[in-house]
Amino acid sequence: MIPAALVAVILFLVVYSGQAMIFNGLHFVTNINWNLGDLYSDPVTVNGISIPSGASYGILVFVVGTLATSGIAILIAVPLSVGAAICLAEAVPHRIRPVLSMLVELVAVVPSVVFGLWGIAVLIPIIGHYISPTGNGYGLLAASIVLALMITPIIASTLLDALMQVPKENRESAFALGATHFEVVSKAMMPMVRTTLIGGIVLALGRALGETMAVLMVSGGGINILPTSLFSPISTIASFIVSQLDSAQSDPTNMSVRTLAELALVLFLITLAVNAAAKLLTSGAFNVRKRQS
Amino acid sequence: MSASASLNPPRSAHEVRRVIVSKVGWTACGLALLLVIAPLLDIVGVVTFNGLAAFSVNLFTKTTTGAANGLLNAMEGTLVITLFAMFIAVPIGIGAGIHLSEYGKNRLGSAIRFLSDVLTGTPSIVLGYFSFIVFIIGFGWGFSLTAAAITIAILIIPYLARISELALQQVPTSMREAAYALGGTDSTVVFKVVLPAASAGVITGTLLGLAISVGETAPLIYTAGWSDYVWDGRFTHAPVAYLTYVIWTFIDQPDPHSHALAYAAAFFVMLVVLAINIGVRLVVRRQKFE
Repeated sequence: MIPAALVAVILFLVVYSGQAMIFNGLHFVTNINWNLGDLYSDPVTVNGISIPSGASYGILVFVVGTLATSGIAILIAVPLSVGAAICLAEAVPHRIRPVLSMLVELVAVVPSVVFGLWGIAVLIPIIGHYISPTGNGYGLLAASIVLALMITPIIASTLLDALMQVPKENRESAFALGATHFEVVSKAMMPMVRTTLIGGIVLALGRALGETMAVLMVSGGGINILPTSLFSPISTIASFIVSQLDSAQSDPTNMSVRTLAELALVLFLITLAVNAAAKLLTSGAFNVRKRQS
Repeated sequence: MSASASLNPPRSAHEVRRVIVSKVGWTACGLALLLVIAPLLDIVGVVTFNGLAAFSVNLFTKTTTGAANGLLNAMEGTLVITLFAMFIAVPIGIGAGIHLSEYGKNRLGSAIRFLSDVLTGTPSIVLGYFSFIVFIIGFGWGFSLTAAAITIAILIIPYLARISELALQQVPTSMREAAYALGGTDSTVVFKVVLPAASAGVITGTLLGLAISVGETAPLIYTAGWSDYVWDGRFTHAPVAYLTYVIWTFIDQPDPHSHALAYAAAFFVMLVVLAINIGVRLVVRRQKFE
C-alpha cells in the first residue's frame, strides 16, 4: 500500500500536469510573472492546448522564496540548536535533562497553524514595531524566524543523540590533556558528530522547504516580484499552492490547476532530493541510531 | 610557562583567554537553549490565555455563522475526519508494520522502508494537492469527508508502519519460537502472540498518528473545504468543517470575535496534540526505567 500510494502520487501529478509542462516548457522556472490570464474571455489555443488568453505561468519567485526562507531559517536554527544540544548534553543537571529535552522535542509537535497564529499575534508586531523600516512585519524575516523555530528541535535532538553516544574515553582523554569543559565539547566531541550534524541540518531543510501553513500566515504572500530585502513579502511554493486554490478553480480551461500540479511536483522533487541526501548522510554516520518517533 | 612549581601558578594570558572563551561559550549555549524553549512556553501561554478568555458554552453548542458564534461544526468535523482517517490508516499501517518486521528482511522490505521514509518526508501540501486532483477533480467527489480522510490516512500510514515495526521487533524471538513449537501457524503467532506483546508500542503509534491528524491543515484545505453546518452524514459532495481552518482564516478577519474563535480553536488543537505527545513520552520513559 505504501509504495502504491507513493507511486500513485507521482504518477497522477505527472499525468495531470503533463499539458502544463508542455505549455510552460523550461521557461517555467525562469519566469517571474504569474498571471492567470483573462478568465472571462474565450480561451485561446496555443500549440493545441487551450489556455485563458494572456496567461503566463512563472515560478521563479516561489522557488526563490522557498530557498530564501529555508536558507535564512537554517542560518538562524543551526547556532541555536547546536547551542541548545550542547547545553542539554553537557551542562544541564541529570535530573532536569529529560524535562528540558522533552520541551525541545515538543516544539516539533506544535501544529504549524498554531505557529502561524503565534507569528501573527506575537512575532509580527515585534518585527513591525522594532525591526522593520516599513513598519510592516509580514515578510521574509518573519517567515524565516517561524521556520527556524519549527526546525530547531529536529537538529537539536539529532545532535543531542549523537553527543550522548560519543565514547566516554574520548571525553576523558581530552579532560586529561587539561582542556576546559567547553574545549572538550567544542574540540573533542563536536568533530566526532559533524556528519550527523550535517545530516540533521539537511533533514531540517527538507522539513522547512515543505512547510506550508505557518509560512502562508506570516509571509505576506508577495507574487510577481523578487524579494529585495528581509522585509519583502514573499511566497513559497507550498504557501502559494494553498493561496491559489480559489482563483485556480475559476479557470475554465483548468490550465492553472494543472500548472499548480506541476508546481507541487517541483516541490516534491526538491524535498525528495534533500531527504535522500539527509538519509545518506545519517545512515553512513558514526554510530548513530535512528530516533524512534 | 613559568618554571616555578607553586601550587597556584599565575595564569598566563593564553590560559585566561581559554577560560574566557569557555565562559562565553557556555553562556551562548545556555542562551540558545533558552531561545528554543521560550517561544514554546510563550506559544502555550498566549494560546491558553486567549483561548480560555474566549471560552463559553456557545463554543460547544452553536455552529459557526460567518465568522462568529460557536465551534460545534468544526469540532465535530475534526473528530469525524480523524476517526475515519484512523479507521483507514490503522489496519493498513499496522499491517505494513507486521509485514516489515516479520517478513521484511529482504530487498522488498528495504524498498518499502525506503519508500515509506520518502512518503514521510513529502510535504503535506503535495499530498493534499494530489488528493485534490484525484478525488475532487478526477472522481468528482467535491470537497468531502472521504477525500479528507483518505488524505490524512496517507499522511499517517508511514508513521504507523514505522512505529509498529519497531514495537514488533522488540518482541523477543524466543516468544515466536515458543509459539511455533506449540504448533501455531504464521497467523496465530503474529496475531495471538507477537501483536499483543507489542500492543503498547502499536497504541503509541496510533496515538501519535491521531495527534498528527488533529493538527494538520494544509492537506485538508484542498480536500475538506469548509462548512458552516454539522456533518450531515454524506461521504461525498459535502464539505466538512475542521478546527485548524478556523485558526488560519479567522485570525485574518478584522473583528475581535473571530480572533477569539481562532484562539479557542488553537487552544483545543494544542491541548489534544500536547496531551497526547506528553502522555506518550511519559509512559514510554517509565517503561524504559522499569
